[in-house]
Formats: sequence, structure tokens, C-alpha cells
Amino acid sequence: MNLKEIQDLLQLKALSLPSNLDTIEVRTGYTSDMLSCVMTGALSGSVWVTLMAHNNIVAVASLLDIPAIIITENAQPDELTIARAREKEIVLFSTPRPTFEVVGKLWEMGIRAEET
Amino acid sequence: MFPIKPPISDDEAAKITRLEELAYELSVGKVMTSKVYSLHPEQTMREALDQFQKHKISGAPVAIDGNLLGILSIEDLIRSLRDGRIDLTVTDYMTSHVITARKEDPVIEALKLFVKFQVGRLPVLDSDGKLVGILTKGDITNGLLNALQNDFENEELIRYRASHLFEDIVSDRSTLTLRYNVRKNDFSRGGAASNNIKKALLRLGATPQIARRCGIAVYEAEINLIIHTNHGGVLRVEIEPDRITMEAYDDGPGIPDISLAMQPGYSTATQEVREKGFGAGMGLVNIKSCVDEMNLSSSSDRGTSLYMVMHLDKTKHLA
Repeated sequence: MNLKEIQDLLQLKALSLPSNLDTIEVRTGYTSDMLSCVMTGALSGSVWVTLMAHNNIVAVASLLDIPAIIITENAQPDELTIARAREKEIVLFSTPRPTFEVVGKLWEMGIRAEET
Repeated sequence: MFPIKPPISDDEAAKITRLEELAYELSVGKVMTSKVYSLHPEQTMREALDQFQKHKISGAPVAIDGNLLGILSIEDLIRSLRDGRIDLTVTDYMTSHVITARKEDPVIEALKLFVKFQVGRLPVLDSDGKLVGILTKGDITNGLLNALQNDFENEELIRYRASHLFEDIVSDRSTLTLRYNVRKNDFSRGGAASNNIKKALLRLGATPQIARRCGIAVYEAEINLIIHTNHGGVLRVEIEPDRITMEAYDDGPGIPDISLAMQPGYSTATQEVREKGFGAGMGLVNIKSCVDEMNLSSSSDRGTSLYMVMHLDKTKHLA
């Protein structure tokens, strides 16, 4: 499943947009709002679902090679966060839906917790 | 190939590729063909035909001493053949209203001209208005490809140099030390030092796994300095061919009970800090699981010092 397909199916708003969404493949996902838990649990290449929107999410994603973050419940990252995400080539998506629903939909699409 | 319909939206602007950037950076003069087969206006169309065949070209500028008078294309030649008047002069068939490109202009300007006027080639003039070259879309494609290739080679070279650092410098013990000051409560730069360290390790030839593990360990240490210290502290990373030593130290207030601090889920972070997503009580636990050696010492008068080592076995040696 590539990021373009995920964006379309979940009707996500992209806050930082690289040109090649359809070339970024994602097979695993992780969700938590506690950054240290993400550090422990998220696999590289995962999509990360969180309602945390402050700029440390970009640093964490960058360290873990997480290509995309879905920010739920319309939590709004500030301009600095979006600029950093662009710089680090990390896609930030925004959605009004709650984390539970987003994760459920991702699972339906075949995104799993572990590499299969 | 290039979206040139202004104005472009923010979304489109974010999609600008390196190739498109290059179209703005490269000048016409860099990609044009400088060897120009120009025609004299008094030459006959038959002579022009010979020139086109000889040099395998499909058009040529018409000029005297570098002063551009017109342009002749293969279409003009066909017209003269159809008319049966191939012995008339170039002046009779050339287009005298010529679209030109300037040598100093970025390639993107020339591309706009190609799109707008649907021409096959653009004579290139210097700042004095003299003919100095000719530009086709093929020249632009070649120029951009060469520039991309140069980009790539430069990046390769930097990587190569960095990853051979330890081979090139001979000593009994070579060490590269990176040092970062981390300020108390500076959440906006949280992760900046650890990201830089990860990047440096990759440049130096560490595997992605090693760089990631070091990155996570240093990140947690960095965040601890931001949250828990009196005045922030220092991150120090010492890189050697066979190991990476990472240290975080501060001047207080110290950890009263280290074994309690090492327990998963234990945290002294304030509510405010927790709301930012920190204070899960997993930082030190994460560090321990990432590095090969970890030592934490602390006292209320000297502050805290966290020592972490990652051993690089033979297969993972840097350089």
C-alpha cells in the first residue's frame, strides 16, 4: 500500500507534500502518543498514527525512518513542525477522525503491526 | 515536462523536483551548443541544404559577424524546394523575426519560450546581443542529465571520503568527537542533536541499524537533558572504528534513586511535559535496550552522567 492510496482511501489532508507519494510503500504501522513508546515500538518504514502535533514528532519520525505521520482529531502542528517535516521529507497528514478509526481503516487496508 | 503555468499553488510548489530546481539554477550558456553552423544571408538555399546535410542539422541561424539576422529551418528549405526556387538566397526564405534566448538566463526561461512559441531551436545571444550559441530541447535534456549526474557524483564523493576517514588518517588511536550543547526546556530543538549524530554515523559508514540504535539512545538522553536538568547539559559522542561512545552529562539536580529511575514506566516528569508526549518512563529503558553498555551515575552535588557504548564487531567496523 503506498501513501497516495492511503491518503485517498482515508481522505487525509497532506500538510507537507513530497512529489512522490505513490512511490512510498508502507506495510506496517504504529500508534502511540508517548514518544518513548514510539521509539521502542515503531518499525522503520511504518506509518505512525498519533494526535500529538508538536514538533518533536518530526524528530522522532526522522530518527526512526518513519516516512509518514497521520495526525488525528484535527490536531494542528505549527508552521515550524510542517517546515521541519518538509526538510526531513516526512509526510504529515491531518484528519478529523479519531486514532481508533484511522488505525481500524489502516488494518482493513492490510497494514499490520509487524513486517509480514 | 515542467509545470510552467503560473501561478503555481503551494501544493505544486512543494512538488518541485531537483530536476526543476536545476532548470532554475543552470544557465542557458551552460547547456547550449557553442559551435554554431550559421548561414550568410547571401548564400543560396541550395548551399543551405548542403550545410544541413553535411552537419546533420535541421535549422541554422543567419548572421553576419555574430549579428543575428534571421533563422532558417528545414521547413523553409522544403518550401523553397516545393516552389522550385532553391537558387534564391537564404534571405528570401528565412524567418527574420527570431525568438532568442539570453546566455545568462536560467534554462527555465528558455523552456518557457519553447512551449510558448513552439520553435525547434533558439539562437543564444550574449549581453552584447552577439550570437554565441544555439539551443535545442535536446541540449537542455542533456544539460540537465549531466547536472544530475554531477550532483550524484558529488554526493558519492562526500560519502566515500567520510566513510574512509579512519582508513586515511593513520594513528594508534583515531577518534572523532562530536559535541552538542542541549538547553533546559528547549523542546523546540528536541531531537536535533540526535538526528545530527545519526546522520554523521551514516556518513561515516555505520549500518542503518547501528545509526538507528545510537540515534534512539542519544535522543532519549537528549530529551532527559531538556526535561530533567537545572541548566541543560552536554552530549558527547566519540566515534572510533570499533566502537561508538556516547555520553550525556549535566550539573544537576541528580537522580536520587537510580534503580527506581531505571524501572519501566517510572517518571518524574510534570503534567505539562507529559502533555507534550514525554515522560512515559521509558527513556532509560529504551537506552538500555539499544546500546551494548550503559552506566548511569548521579549525585546531588555533581549532577548526572550517562555513559553508553556501542561496540562495532568486525563486520560492522567503520571504514
